[in-house]
Amino acid sequence: MKRLWRWLIPLAAVPVLVLLAYGFRLSPRDIPSPLVGRPAPVFALATLEGAPLELATHRGKVVVVNFWASWCYPACYEEAPVLERNWRGYRERGVVVVGVDIQDKREAAVKFVGDFGLTFPVVQDLKGTVSVDYGVYGVPETFFLDRQGRIRVKHVGAVTDDVFRTTVDRLLAEAVSP
Amino acid sequence: MTADLGYGMTLIALGLAVYGAIAAGVGARTDRLALIESAQHAALGVFVLVTACFALLTYAFLTFDFSVRYVATNTNLGTPFYYRITGVWGALEGSIILWSWMLALYTIILIVRHRVGARELYPWALATMLGILAFFLLVMTVAAPPFQRQLPVPADGRGLNPLLEDTGMITHPVALYLGFTGFTVPFAFAMAALITGRIGDTWLVLTRRWTIVAWYFLSLGLLIGGWWSYHVLGWGGYWAWDPVENAAFMPWLTGTAFLHSVMIQERRRMLRLWNISLVILTFGLTLFGTFLTRSGVIASVHAFTQGSIGILFLSFLALVLLTALGLVAWRWEALRSEGELDSVVSRESAFLLNNVFLVAAAFTVFFGTVFPLLSEAVRGVKVSVGAPFFNQVNVPLFLSLVFLMGVGPLIAWRRASLDNLRRNFLWPVALGIVAAAAAFALGVRSLLAALTFAATVFVAVTIAVDFTRATRARLRVGESLLPAMGGLLLRHNRRYGGFVVHLGILIIALGVMGSHAWSVQTETTLHRGETAELAGYRFRFDGLTAVEESNHFKVVGAFTVSNGRVLGVLRPAKKFYPQEQAPIAYVDYRLGLREDLYLVHGDFARDGSQATIKLQVNRLVSWIWIGGFVLTLGALLAILPERHKTA
Repeated sequence: MKRLWRWLIPLAAVPVLVLLAYGFRLSPRDIPSPLVGRPAPVFALATLEGAPLELATHRGKVVVVNFWASWCYPACYEEAPVLERNWRGYRERGVVVVGVDIQDKREAAVKFVGDFGLTFPVVQDLKGTVSVDYGVYGVPETFFLDRQGRIRVKHVGAVTDDVFRTTVDRLLAEAVSP
Repeated sequence: MTADLGYGMTLIALGLAVYGAIAAGVGARTDRLALIESAQHAALGVFVLVTACFALLTYAFLTFDFSVRYVATNTNLGTPFYYRITGVWGALEGSIILWSWMLALYTIILIVRHRVGARELYPWALATMLGILAFFLLVMTVAAPPFQRQLPVPADGRGLNPLLEDTGMITHPVALYLGFTGFTVPFAFAMAALITGRIGDTWLVLTRRWTIVAWYFLSLGLLIGGWWSYHVLGWGGYWAWDPVENAAFMPWLTGTAFLHSVMIQERRRMLRLWNISLVILTFGLTLFGTFLTRSGVIASVHAFTQGSIGILFLSFLALVLLTALGLVAWRWEALRSEGELDSVVSRESAFLLNNVFLVAAAFTVFFGTVFPLLSEAVRGVKVSVGAPFFNQVNVPLFLSLVFLMGVGPLIAWRRASLDNLRRNFLWPVALGIVAAAAAFALGVRSLLAALTFAATVFVAVTIAVDFTRATRARLRVGESLLPAMGGLLLRHNRRYGGFVVHLGILIIALGVMGSHAWSVQTETTLHRGETAELAGYRFRFDGLTAVEESNHFKVVGAFTVSNGRVLGVLRPAKKFYPQEQAPIAYVDYRLGLREDLYLVHGDFARDGSQATIKLQVNRLVSWIWIGGFVLTLGALLAILPERHKTA
């Protein structure tokens, strides 16, 4: 009596192949986010210094939420000075930059913040829930929120001065709705 | 003209390879020697044609023949001679030529070595090799043709990717591809064994040395890749769990598992199914690696191009896996083990455990690499897996593997007695514990570092114990010391070659551990004449100079390094290539056994008054490269022809 189940062995390869085939439908560099235009998921996390930070309290300001990690080289290292520079330049005008450190070790994150002298608030997303809420694919990713708390622009990869300024200027120029 | 000639030769080679594969298969099936001989001639023809293609493309590079599109996109009039040669395989199309050429070369060696003496398996192995070669030639004709006309012929080309202007680029891809393609041979024999039903040990014995060669080149390719990353990319590391690094690492892991598990089959007639599966897996992973690098499915720093090639590779991967696993299913009954595991405390189980850990590591890496795809396919959520995941899962696995490296070679087959354990492991364990204690006393507070020390000392002592004991036995029969030791190495070259490779791995493990645990870095902006300090070293910024090179312009910083006395001047640079938007950092470093000084140039003021630099003191990294040399010696020893024991 021949065992027929052994012919199932080759099927083991099928899921992997299907998954890879699925990969062709995507371009990892060009990721549309279904979240653009929607209200940004709110979160309350502790900053690296231990202070609580609630996204909701910044409603009415233009908020830049930047997902990063200390192991993300080179992109996060390139954009860190850019974020700090623009945060200093724009903070008086009602702009908040919030760094969300993901999949990272605390010491490494603190060292990163120290090395770049970052002064904007940085929270750690230890459980990864915020990253999932925002559909973060890889670091760095940056979300620009308007004053109503809606995600308006998602930027994948290192933020440049140009991207930061054009986006934030545009969002600042919009009328404040009551 | 050049392009047409090259394309024509590729087409003929493809035709010959297809013909050869069919002829060898039909010849084997109908037992017609003439057909097999004809297939051999076809293989020779393919080799000659692919060599000619390779030579032609090289010639086109050397003579700046911009009528060939591939030449025009990957070189320009300023590209130095040396990089015009390495540029041949610097991008997708050329890398496929190199790949095909190596495969053709291996096919020829296979014919020369196994034509006589492996009558049953050889024709099928030849057919498999030629079939795989035909696939790569197909890629060369339809998906990534290196010979395509460029009209109108431009006056100058675009130029090579500047990151590839490095001496490592001659050795890294060559070694890596020799490793990748090398695993085709064991795979081909495994297929032959399945097709003919001769699942015994013949195919293992035939491919033993092939496997070591392939494994060695893959190891070398990985190490050189690490070196390239370390001294070119300028982030101070040598391994980033980048998808493409992972792609090369996975077959290395399963290949390593295979190298060890064959020993159990040879000795105990166990694990036939497992060994066949490992070979299929390893070869499948080399294809998967190629697919990853060239399909654009997963974003990575190794930005090879994309296009129809991905579909082609995926179809081929599917064909290979389904055929190979189908054959396994067909021969299911014959693949069952004859031997059985007698005891948990035995060499068999140590090797089995080694295999389980290696395959688990390979699976982890695979999972982490494709996870972004998987997550999106299943949940529609985009996530990524970073270095922390890989490290957390793999570090304990690797540490256990180091430990097993000491246990496996010494513990008895079948069932180890208490006496055997005490005889072999009392000293190693004791000294391992002493090493951990000494490390602690010297101020090492990291558990991981202490464990690594303990494990490496343990393994090193087991090797010493074994070697001393064997030497003593020879002294007792009247040999003098040096001939006794030399004789041991040569007579039992496989065993002692393996030991030397293990020593190499130990040294690499120490280097990896040290660089992770003790490296320090800082980033700072200096005005001219100012000094930065790190780990007892002082770096003084002396100024900037601008230099015009044949194909780029660079700004070089001068930093005097001292620790009490002046050690020298380091000159990291920023290179500006006309074809690149962003400047390329050029690292300068000073290597040392204890630590490397490593400087990367960041922003600078145009007038040369200030510069931002990243300073690193990287500890023990050099031992990784030293371990690579030791590993090379061991692998060479292991592939020496076996001597028959006469004395």
